[in-house]
Amino acid sequence: MSDYPGFLKYDYEVERYDFTRAGEASSAIKARLKKLGLDTDLVRRIAVASYESEINIIIHSFGGSLTLYISTDKIIIVAKDSGPGIDDIELAMQEGYTTASDKAREYGFGAGMGLPNIKRYCDRLEIDSSKGHATTIVMTFIITDMDGEQNENG
Amino acid sequence: MKLLEIKELLDCACITGEEYMDEYDVEYAFGCDLMSDVLAFSNHKTLLLTGLVNPQVIRTAEMMDIAAIVFVRGKRPDDKTIELAEKYNKILLCTRNILYTSCGILYKHGLKGVTINE
Repeated sequence: MSDYPGFLKYDYEVERYDFTRAGEASSAIKARLKKLGLDTDLVRRIAVASYESEINIIIHSFGGSLTLYISTDKIIIVAKDSGPGIDDIELAMQEGYTTASDKAREYGFGAGMGLPNIKRYCDRLEIDSSKGHATTIVMTFIITDMDGEQNENG
Repeated sequence: MKLLEIKELLDCACITGEEYMDEYDVEYAFGCDLMSDVLAFSNHKTLLLTGLVNPQVIRTAEMMDIAAIVFVRGKRPDDKTIELAEKYNKILLCTRNILYTSCGILYKHGLKGVTINE
């Protein structure tokens, strides 16, 4: 998927199985969005979706990245990995379905809530994945008039 | 419910964040070891009670703007986890009560669970 012209862009690397640093990228994203003066509920929704997608990359993929895109009317987070892809997206969207390891469960994840939670918190979700291929998840959040001050950079 | 009251009711030790305890009170509680469930169903006015003591508990609280966590069964997080909590100004309490008993005591004193609207 291509970049978004006119958006500010920030990249965050996410490593496979790196449970000790899990959440660092999403914490950085949250801190950046808070500085923009966006509504706290919106920032929280974005942070949770970002965090779940970061955890998904750590648990399920060969590694990848989160990219934050900021404009005046929307925030987009793209979670991208280098495989191995989701076998059955419909099944993965069901609450409680998981293929996570015991290690993931030790950290309180792998309960089959990752993608359902992402869907719950973003305004639009696009998933591009298939078995044996890379996965790209695009999460879009709309900034409404209700969300307080707008992006100072845009 | 005031955090100071919670500390007293559960006979908690405060691991970190004692200086913020006056500032916060909570409206709901969520007792859980599954962080994804916390991310799905709680909100920022929630007290998190858990037996899990790794850094992901702090990260989860940070994402949800949860101010305080009670670690149950006498469990205590390691220094790295405490450092992370300090970085984000979180309040960490620990009680010898098990999760069930802790939740029961708080519920009996009027602190309700999170409502799930599905």
